[in-house]
Amino acid sequence: MATQSLTTARTGVATKHRSHFHWTRLIIYAILLSFSIFYILPVYLILITSFKQYVDIDLYRMWEFPPVINLPQCTNPFIFCFDSFYEAWFGSSAVIGMGTAFMNSVTMAVPATIISTVLGSLNGYILAKWKFKYADVVFPFILFGMFIPYQAILIPLTLTLKAMGLYASLAGLVFVHVVYSIPIAGLIFRNYYATIPNEMIEAARIDGGNIFSIYRHIILPLSPPAFVVVLIWQFTNIWNDFIFAVTIAQNQNQPMTVALNNIAGSFTVQWNVQMAAAFLTALPTLLVYIILGRYFLRGLLAGSLKG
Amino acid sequence: MALNWEKNWEKIVGFLFILPSLIAIIVFVYGFIAWTGWVSVSNWKRGAEPNYTFGGFDAYARLFGTTERYASGIDATRFTSSLRNVIGFTALFLLSCIVIGFTLAALLDRHVKGENFFRSLFLFPMAISFIVTGLAWRWIFTPGDPNVGTTGLNRIFENIGLGFIRPNWASDVVYHIPADSAVGQVLNTIGLGGLASPDFGISLGIITLTIAAMWQLSGYTMALYLAGLRGISDDLREAARVDGASEFQIYRHIIIPLLKPVTLSVVIVLAHISLKIYDLVVAMGGVGQGFIKDVPAYNMWETTFDQARFAQGAAIGVVLLILISILIIPYLVINLRQQEER
Repeated sequence: MATQSLTTARTGVATKHRSHFHWTRLIIYAILLSFSIFYILPVYLILITSFKQYVDIDLYRMWEFPPVINLPQCTNPFIFCFDSFYEAWFGSSAVIGMGTAFMNSVTMAVPATIISTVLGSLNGYILAKWKFKYADVVFPFILFGMFIPYQAILIPLTLTLKAMGLYASLAGLVFVHVVYSIPIAGLIFRNYYATIPNEMIEAARIDGGNIFSIYRHIILPLSPPAFVVVLIWQFTNIWNDFIFAVTIAQNQNQPMTVALNNIAGSFTVQWNVQMAAAFLTALPTLLVYIILGRYFLRGLLAGSLKG
Repeated sequence: MALNWEKNWEKIVGFLFILPSLIAIIVFVYGFIAWTGWVSVSNWKRGAEPNYTFGGFDAYARLFGTTERYASGIDATRFTSSLRNVIGFTALFLLSCIVIGFTLAALLDRHVKGENFFRSLFLFPMAISFIVTGLAWRWIFTPGDPNVGTTGLNRIFENIGLGFIRPNWASDVVYHIPADSAVGQVLNTIGLGGLASPDFGISLGIITLTIAAMWQLSGYTMALYLAGLRGISDDLREAARVDGASEFQIYRHIIIPLLKPVTLSVVIVLAHISLKIYDLVVAMGGVGQGFIKDVPAYNMWETTFDQARFAQGAAIGVVLLILISILIIPYLVINLRQQEER
C-alpha cells in the first residue's frame, strides 16, 4: 500500500516534469545560459586580451580571439603569446612589476590571515561560551566596526601608523588588517561555536575542565570547518583590499591591487599588459575559490550575519 | 545561556581574552571616529602638518553650501552630486542584485541539471577584487568613435540585434524626469519640481558602475536566497499546490514572505558595500566629466590625500559614516533585542 502510493507520487512528479519540459524547462535553461555568458564575459575578455601582442590591440577588434601558434613577432610564444604576462610580471621603470607586488601581497596576506583567524577563534569562543556580564552588548559594539566606512578613520590611522613606525610598511598593513578583521572573524566563529551544545561544555566542567582545557580539548577539535571558512574569507578580503593598501603602502611595498591600479593608470602601458596584470591579480583568490569553493560558499553564508 | 559559575577566575580570564580586541576596537574604531570628527572642525585646513585648534564648522558649510559664500562653491557642487550618485547607485545596485539574485535562485531551486556548475559560475566574481572587475568593465565600456565602428558592450548589443542601445558610456549624460514632460509638470504643480531636475537623476556613469558591481555581487545574492529557499520545506509548497495555488501565488504569498530575513541580510550587506564604494570607482577611471561617477568615499580620499585638505576630507568621512549608521545601527539594535529575547 505504502509502496504503491509512493510510486504513484513518483510518476505524478515525473509526468508533471515531462509535460512542462517543452517550454518551461527550455526557458529556465535559456535564462541560466544567458546569465552564464554575462558572468563569463569579462573574464573571457581579460584572457583573450592578455594573450594578444601590442600590435594586435585594436579597440574595434577587442572581442576577437588572439592569434595562435604562428607568432613571428612574439618573444615568449607557447601556443599563445605570453609577452604581456612577462611585461606585467617584471614591470617597467614607471611601475613596479606584478612579480614584486605578488610577493608583497603574499607577505601581507598570509600572516594577516593567520593572525586574524586565530584571534577570531578565541574571541568567538569567549563571546559564544563564556559570556561575561554585558557580553551581548559588547558584541554589537564590536560588530559595528565591520560596517564603518574606512574613510571615517583613515586620517587618524595614517598618523598613528606613522607614530608607530609602521607607515609605508607591509607590517603596518598586516597590523591594520588584523585590527579591522576583529569583528568579522569573531562573528563567524561566534556563530559557529553557538551551534556546539552547551551540555558538552557543562559536562566537561563537571569533569574538572576549565576555560583553557575546554577550548583545547572540546572546541578546537570541532573547529576545523570554521577555521577553513574564516581562513578563506580573510585571505580573499585581505588580498583584494585596496583602500588600506593605497593609503598605507608606498612604492616598493605595494600589494597587487595597488600595483595593478598603477599599471592601469599609466598611459604608457597597453591594454594587453593591463589585462595580463589583472589576470595575475585575480588568479590566487580564483584558485582558492576553485579548489575550496564549497567552503567559500559557507563563508559567505556565515559572513552574512545570519549564522 | 546559563553556565553555573563556580570559579570566578574564569569569568575574569574570559574577559581578559577579549580585552585586547575590545581595546583595539575602542581605539581604532570609536577613538578614531572621534578623532576624525575633531579634525573636521579643526583648523587643520591645508598641508600635512596637523593643527588641532578649533576652527568651526566651515567644512560642513562648504559641503552643503549652507552659507551664501559657499552656496555655489566647488565643494558643494561636487558633494551634492556625489550624494546623488551614491544614493542612485545604491538603489539601482540593490534592486538589480535582489531581482537577479532571487530569479537565479528560484530557477536553480527547480531541480536543474548542472546546478553546481551554474552556482559556481554565478558566484565566482565574488572572489575577485573590485580593482580587477572595474578594469575589465572599464574596457568593456570603452567608447569607440561611432564613425569607425562600435566597441565593447555596444558591439555585443549590435550583434544580438539590440544595436539601437548604443549609449556613449563615457559621456556626462544624467537621466532624469524632464521638467517639461507631463510628469515633470505635475511634480511642479505640487511643489516638487526639484525632483524633475538632474539633481535627482541617475548618470550614465553610475549605470556603468552598477553593472560592474552587479556582476560581482548578484551571484552572492543568489547564494543567500538559494540557501533560504532550501530551508523552506517542500511540504509547505505541496500543501499550497493541493489547495490550488498557482506557482506565482506560492512565491507571492508563501516563499517571498518567508524569505524576508534573507532579504534584510542582503539589503544590509549590499547597502553598506555600495554606500562606501571606492575601489570600483577608482578602477573604472575615477569621477569622469562633471563628477558623474563621483561618490563620497572617492571624494573624501581625493580631498584628503591628493589635495591635503584634511578638515574638508574628515567632514566627508563623518557624513559618510552618518549615512551608513542610519542603516546599520537600527539593524544592530534589533539584532541585540532579538538575542536578548532568546
